[in-house]
Amino acid sequence: MQTAIKTESLTKTFGEFTAVNAITFEVKEGEIFGFLGANGAGKTTAIKMLIGLSRPTSGEAKVAGFDVYKEAELIKQNIGYMSQKFSLYEDLTVYQNIRFYGGIYGLKRKQIKEKSAQIIETLGLTEQAHKVVGSLPQGWKQRLAFAISGVHDPKIIFMDEPTGGVDPATRRQFWEMIYQTANNGTTIFVTTHYMDEAEYCNRISIMVDGRIDAMGTPRDLKTQFEAESMDEVFVKLVRGK
Amino acid sequence: MLKIFAAFVKKEVFHILRDTRTLIILFGMPIALVLIFGYTITNEFKGASMAVYDEAKDELSQDLIAHITASGHFELITLSENIEALDAAFKAGDAKIGLVIPAGFEQDFYKEKQTALQLITDATEPNYAATLTNYASQMIRAFQQEKGEVADMPYQIDLEMRMFYNPKLVGAYTFVPGVVALILMLICAMMTSLTIAKEKEMGTMDLLLASPLPPILIILGKVTPYSILSFLSALVVFAMGYFIFEVPILGSLPLLLGLCLLYLFVALALGVLISTKAQSQQTAMIISMFALMLPTMLLSGFIFPIESMPEILQFITKIIPAKYFIIIEKAIMLKGAGLESIWQQTLVLMLMVFVLLMAAWKNFKVIYK
Repeated sequence: MQTAIKTESLTKTFGEFTAVNAITFEVKEGEIFGFLGANGAGKTTAIKMLIGLSRPTSGEAKVAGFDVYKEAELIKQNIGYMSQKFSLYEDLTVYQNIRFYGGIYGLKRKQIKEKSAQIIETLGLTEQAHKVVGSLPQGWKQRLAFAISGVHDPKIIFMDEPTGGVDPATRRQFWEMIYQTANNGTTIFVTTHYMDEAEYCNRISIMVDGRIDAMGTPRDLKTQFEAESMDEVFVKLVRGK
Repeated sequence: MLKIFAAFVKKEVFHILRDTRTLIILFGMPIALVLIFGYTITNEFKGASMAVYDEAKDELSQDLIAHITASGHFELITLSENIEALDAAFKAGDAKIGLVIPAGFEQDFYKEKQTALQLITDATEPNYAATLTNYASQMIRAFQQEKGEVADMPYQIDLEMRMFYNPKLVGAYTFVPGVVALILMLICAMMTSLTIAKEKEMGTMDLLLASPLPPILIILGKVTPYSILSFLSALVVFAMGYFIFEVPILGSLPLLLGLCLLYLFVALALGVLISTKAQSQQTAMIISMFALMLPTMLLSGFIFPIESMPEILQFITKIIPAKYFIIIEKAIMLKGAGLESIWQQTLVLMLMVFVLLMAAWKNFKVIYK
């Protein structure tokens, strides 16, 4: 398997404060990698460095084979990004949203048509295609935002807390969608502070105060920390220090 | 690249069309402003209420009162019996101007060749009071010339006054250029800053920045639709001024519109600069209000003459773009001037565009940090 993301002592400081402290990890292609941590642990800062929205203070990182310092533009073409707020244009219709994002990724008119038809059908949004996104329930917005982050068939999709404010049943549906996408070979990099979601990931890392304190498959971590659930792993990890 | 840009502009147009409120601001506000200014703000007055305390009660004082009221500008509301009654008329707000004629007015006028009159005004409205005094003293002077034996005066200066460029002192001549300057600043800068701040607030800005779109394209895509709309809006104001209020455009129309575009760039750059600082629409709105709208209205010379401001404020007006644009507009429209007489103002505006764009660009990159 190929490496999708590789970092080496990646660090970001804001003045005196070290938001991300020398994190080193590797994500394989097609993997679902869970990037866990409490609020404020540095997850969003880390993800922003990887997608080229923020410049690292020091360390190395390669995303989709490209260097974050020198080849940010190439990285951007090969990744999709879904932010915490399901960022869609609420005052535009479902169809207009898809078309816009297809447009800015430089898809051809025909490709955009095919993609929109495909997304609208998969999500079962045929009747809502010409309704404004603001009128859709949260769960649908979330899945639409995910589908749109993959509109240009990126190699890696980065998701920053994609399941905030959504009920558990809808969350499960959403994870099914993530599995399907990963099965097609797309790497998924997802941050969350819901420990139960960690069980869905192939491999996870747990971030505490800017450092990665634990990394491995959910099962390995549970054995290592002699815990029943990921929640327990996390509690032990935080108390332990 | 052009196709990506087109996709972006198209999206902005959808936003604007979906949002009727924006459309109302874009076209309703200019029209409303022109009509409000056009029909309410005027220096002319009619029937100002006047109280007179006539101590003399002679033929000449009667003549004087008749002379002043005959014009229709002043209406005699009360003939006070004493000075206290006059005072009461002012307190009650009935009288806006008062005239006191001293005892022996006629006698002093003809025999002593010297007499005094007192004019009193309600200066709670200073501008109005000043206008009333000016008018009344002019009428009294005319009355004096009419009655007095001119031949007695050995020397005399004949004053002939001409009001250049706006002989009838029409208010529209100043407010149309002012409204255009205000509208362009407001729509361009405020709308631009609001729409960029909105993307940040909704989190869509992160998505745009994470996409391969070059940042410059994001900015251009955002400002293009608004610049076109606000330019159209400025045209509406010019047209209303020309057709409804008969404000002339004596100079070159292409020059006027060209410099209008230049000013529009200043406003856009300001809008972008504000949006780089403001993280939410509310902040962007407040900054636009206090940093743009109020200074443009108060310090540009649009409403209050810059010459009569305290020195420190006069100094501040130097950084108000609208000040320069209003000078340019008036020169081209009312004086028929060409670029040779307004090149200095034009240069200042160009410099402003440059500095503001540099500042905006430097700040926009901060998002990347």
